[in-house]
Amino acid sequence: MSEKPAPQVVRVDPTAAAAPATDTNELTLSRNAPLVPAASIASRSLVTVIAIMTFLSALAAGSGLLIAGASQDWQRSVASEMTVQIRPLAGHDLEDEVTKAAAIVRATEGVSSVEVYAKDASEKLLEPWLGTGLNLDELPVPRLIAVKTDPSHPPDLPALRQRLAAAIAGASVDDHQLWFAWLATMANTVVVIASLIFALVLVAMFLTVAFATRGAMAGNHEIIGILHFVGAEDRFIAREFQHHFLRLGLRGGTIGGLCAVASFLAAGLVRAHLQATPGGDELEALFGTFSLGFKGYATIVAISLSIAVATGAMSRAIVFRHLQKMG
Amino acid sequence: MVRFENVGLRYGMGPEILKDLTFSIEPQTFQFLTGPSGAGKTTLMHLILLSLKPTRGLITLFGQDATTLDKNAITALRRKIGVVFQDFRLLDHLTTYENVALPLRVQGREETAYRAEVVELLKWVGLGERMHALPQVLSGGEKQRAAIARALIVRPELLLADEPTGNVDPPLARRLLRLFVELHKSGTSVVIATHDLGLMEQFEDARRLVLGDRRLHVYD
Repeated sequence: MSEKPAPQVVRVDPTAAAAPATDTNELTLSRNAPLVPAASIASRSLVTVIAIMTFLSALAAGSGLLIAGASQDWQRSVASEMTVQIRPLAGHDLEDEVTKAAAIVRATEGVSSVEVYAKDASEKLLEPWLGTGLNLDELPVPRLIAVKTDPSHPPDLPALRQRLAAAIAGASVDDHQLWFAWLATMANTVVVIASLIFALVLVAMFLTVAFATRGAMAGNHEIIGILHFVGAEDRFIAREFQHHFLRLGLRGGTIGGLCAVASFLAAGLVRAHLQATPGGDELEALFGTFSLGFKGYATIVAISLSIAVATGAMSRAIVFRHLQKMG
Repeated sequence: MVRFENVGLRYGMGPEILKDLTFSIEPQTFQFLTGPSGAGKTTLMHLILLSLKPTRGLITLFGQDATTLDKNAITALRRKIGVVFQDFRLLDHLTTYENVALPLRVQGREETAYRAEVVELLKWVGLGERMHALPQVLSGGEKQRAAIARALIVRPELLLADEPTGNVDPPLARRLLRLFVELHKSGTSVVIATHDLGLMEQFEDARRLVLGDRRLHVYD
């Protein structure tokens, strides 16, 4: 190598340093590659774990939202209905009693419609249990009056019960409270279970990230040492690890979130395909239309982003604490 | 700048590997640190860098008692020291340019503010065409020069170089020595650990710090 002039280079004029580089080599220069190496088997594994965990937590959250939404629909529809039942009693004309009861109910404030089930319609309701072609004249089959109420101005139920009891001996009002309570309990239980699964998946994921951070620190021990020697503060090193894990978290979160969105869209398509079949009706009764809506998809996006941000922030905190302990 | 008083170092319950080190490195001085292999030259450099704590004695660095320094203060002091490691310690996933620019980058400086400076230094040490290369494809001499450039880029007040000419041919070794001498003339204190007698003969005015029998002998 030929000798060159002495090293004025180490005393470059700082004002000249900001001059833009014009060399072709300099234009294509890699200048700020991540200090924590991005590609490694451990990184790919962590992206996969984050993607799976994000997928599971988004599924749990989405399912919880679907069931909570469906439960509100059930509760709304059940709450706006009640049934008046007239039992046949000896010495009372059932038809008269039904007419009287219907008139009382119609006159009640807050009732929006009244449908009286005729004798043959009431008997038809028993067909699933007793079969067809039977003569039910001898059986004391009660008569039903289906009542729809105005949910915004519900009727005064105790007063209605009192009026009916005073006028008709065999009348009773079923406002479906038992069914309503059972449905609410079931839906709430499912939502609590979904929330627990969501929380457990998040805890498992953050523990995985904690282990991965410690692994990355051990794997990059030499890099950390060099950074210290060249004058890097712990904050700087922790920030580099945060960027590394934020990138991994964003990649994993995006993959997991997209898979969850695709799953809900696919489930919606399957439900649409099964519509008007017994199985489809059952599914619709349980989960509604499988349509998450804007709120649901926004929740999945928020979960994916939160997981990425939390992954980065957690790794930063772990690295910083570890470096501080190193002394 | 650096003052050691009766400094000793032992690992665990073992014998002292360095004993009663008493010396100082004054501003704008040039010294060779020499001694047989295994005498503790690299260990002494780590003591100066405060990456090892002495088991006894007092180290004063840039006027500050090392025992009173917290991590941030040590980091601030390290920014005044350039280090060339015997095994280079370049980051394998960064290009030569990025490795050399690393001390400026960790200080949070904008890349555009130091680009010209780094490129010029790389060209001077003969790595102008190797800016994009990763360390794996550099020769031993090129890695050595990259490591030296990384130490010089911050214009340190003190330069510690551990066998800086161990992997280069004699002409380049002479050039590198000239670089260190020029750096010394411009105000930097230089400590070069070496057992290359030929190198030391080229700059006979330099102080000699000779490690032997676990002790340091100073020849001004």
